[in-house]
Amino acid sequence: MKKNNRLLKDRIAEQLMAIMTISSLLLVVAMAVGLYLKSVPILQEHSLWDLLTEGEWRPMADKFGFFPFLMGTLYVSLLALGIAIPISLLMAIYLTEYAHSVVKRYVFPFLDILAGLPSVIYGVWGMLVIVPWVSDVVAPSLRHDSSGYTVLATGVVLGVTVIPLLVSLFIEIFSNVGREIREAAWSLGATRWQTTKDVILRQTAPGVIAAVVLAASRTLGETIAVIMVCGNLAIVPSSLLDACYPIPALIANNYGEMLSLPLYESALMFAAFILFFVVLGFNLFSRLVLRKMENK
Amino acid sequence: MSIAISIPHIFGTDFTQRVPWTVHIPFVVDRKFPRLEDTHLTTRNLNIRIGDTHILKDVNVEIPQNKITCIIGPSGCGKTTLLRTFNRLVDSIEGVKIDGQVNLGKQDIVAANAGQMSELRRNIGLVPQRPCPLPMSIYDNIAYGCRIHGVRGKRKLDLVVQHYLEAVGLWNEVKDRLHSPANKLSGGQQQRLCLARSLAVEPSYLLADESTSALDPISSKTVEDLFVKLKRDYSIVMVTHTLRQAQRIADYVIFMYLGEVIEQGDAKEVFSNPKHELTKTYLNGGIS
Repeated sequence: MKKNNRLLKDRIAEQLMAIMTISSLLLVVAMAVGLYLKSVPILQEHSLWDLLTEGEWRPMADKFGFFPFLMGTLYVSLLALGIAIPISLLMAIYLTEYAHSVVKRYVFPFLDILAGLPSVIYGVWGMLVIVPWVSDVVAPSLRHDSSGYTVLATGVVLGVTVIPLLVSLFIEIFSNVGREIREAAWSLGATRWQTTKDVILRQTAPGVIAAVVLAASRTLGETIAVIMVCGNLAIVPSSLLDACYPIPALIANNYGEMLSLPLYESALMFAAFILFFVVLGFNLFSRLVLRKMENK
Repeated sequence: MSIAISIPHIFGTDFTQRVPWTVHIPFVVDRKFPRLEDTHLTTRNLNIRIGDTHILKDVNVEIPQNKITCIIGPSGCGKTTLLRTFNRLVDSIEGVKIDGQVNLGKQDIVAANAGQMSELRRNIGLVPQRPCPLPMSIYDNIAYGCRIHGVRGKRKLDLVVQHYLEAVGLWNEVKDRLHSPANKLSGGQQQRLCLARSLAVEPSYLLADESTSALDPISSKTVEDLFVKLKRDYSIVMVTHTLRQAQRIADYVIFMYLGEVIEQGDAKEVFSNPKHELTKTYLNGGIS
């Protein structure tokens, strides 16, 4: 009797966990469907192509061009990753391959704290330090006039925001490489740098790519720190010293206001749908790349 | 220096079953690296502590040339630590402290700086416990060692790769897929690849840390036979857990117990006529 009870509990636990897992997955699907339904009105008024390629954003005049926001998101994310990836890689390599354990003992908790800081703090830091640095130092030295609220400032702030995440992911990945394979390279006479470059990075390439994708998703979707430093101007940035307006900032700034215009709400939902789609597509693409690499 | 090249043997092509016959001919590939004049590997009063633990106590050994030296002893006696001192892999252990001398010829291994260490490790190759090919193609696994030491040129490297794959009897098995990933090979093939990889940088010594323990019996035998053949050109130091393996292939034996060298000498002598009580007990299976 007791034994049957035990098995029953096991069955119930299994089913319960399965239901929870499936329902959270369904939630994602429901969100996608919801966003799509909400953006149907604007898709009926304007063609998808026009929405994505038109540069003019004047909701009151029925002009909904998302091109500036797409470009803003793209530039800012690329710049952030361009800053964060090399720095994080070198930090992680130093910490796993070179640093003494005493260094690790002090740096690891510090990194965890940094990774856990709310992004609004990074935003404030950006406003107080990076924005003035851009407007007072960088722009004048390039004979340029700038408010400081620019692609450059946003890229730097975003880059710094994702560095702790990337470093801890990379450290995890590099530490998983077996000691034996390092020793194999060392015992041929390889230096630590040669070992890292030729063996560790090659072995962990799929993991490194997965980590970068995770960080990229984060930069694509980061909102609050971006709003604080990006300048929020709906223009296609033509240089690092122009303001920009990434999609998350657009949604967060405007949703809730002026929703008397039904098409406006629909446009913002469409923006959210684009963001959802970009992140999803990006992740799926990276999965494909990873599978290809692993099969090779 | 001379080499062993393989000729296809007469019993079909199942190379996992037998090591191809080898004949001895002068070295056909030009030497890429300078040869050490004095290759005597010795330790004097070697003491190793890790934290508060005294791992090796006053170890004095001299590794004979062109012989297979087996370090035997129960688990935790320090034999692997001794082996890994020869190529300074002990350095990677946190809190390790080395006292005393380890010499390769005139060079002090313990005092070697980074540049000397690279050269030292080239001279003292390691065959790992478990096969671990580098994450690259079969070809690059062999060529890598030469490349990191600055040997360039495709034709040169082609020769090196073929030469050493033949030396370990792997050439005929892999010659059609040299550029496919090395981790697709079987365990025994991988271990022979690791051996060839170590040989490709022309070491004087080969360190083997239970290099056959993770292999199936047939592959294990193949690798063991290779060691016996290679001792013509290399001095081999081997840590082994299986006493029978030591009895089969050792020329010289070092018996260690609790971090001390209890007895060392000619293999036949030690196995048939051990002088120390502990050695006797160990050989009779009294300590494990």
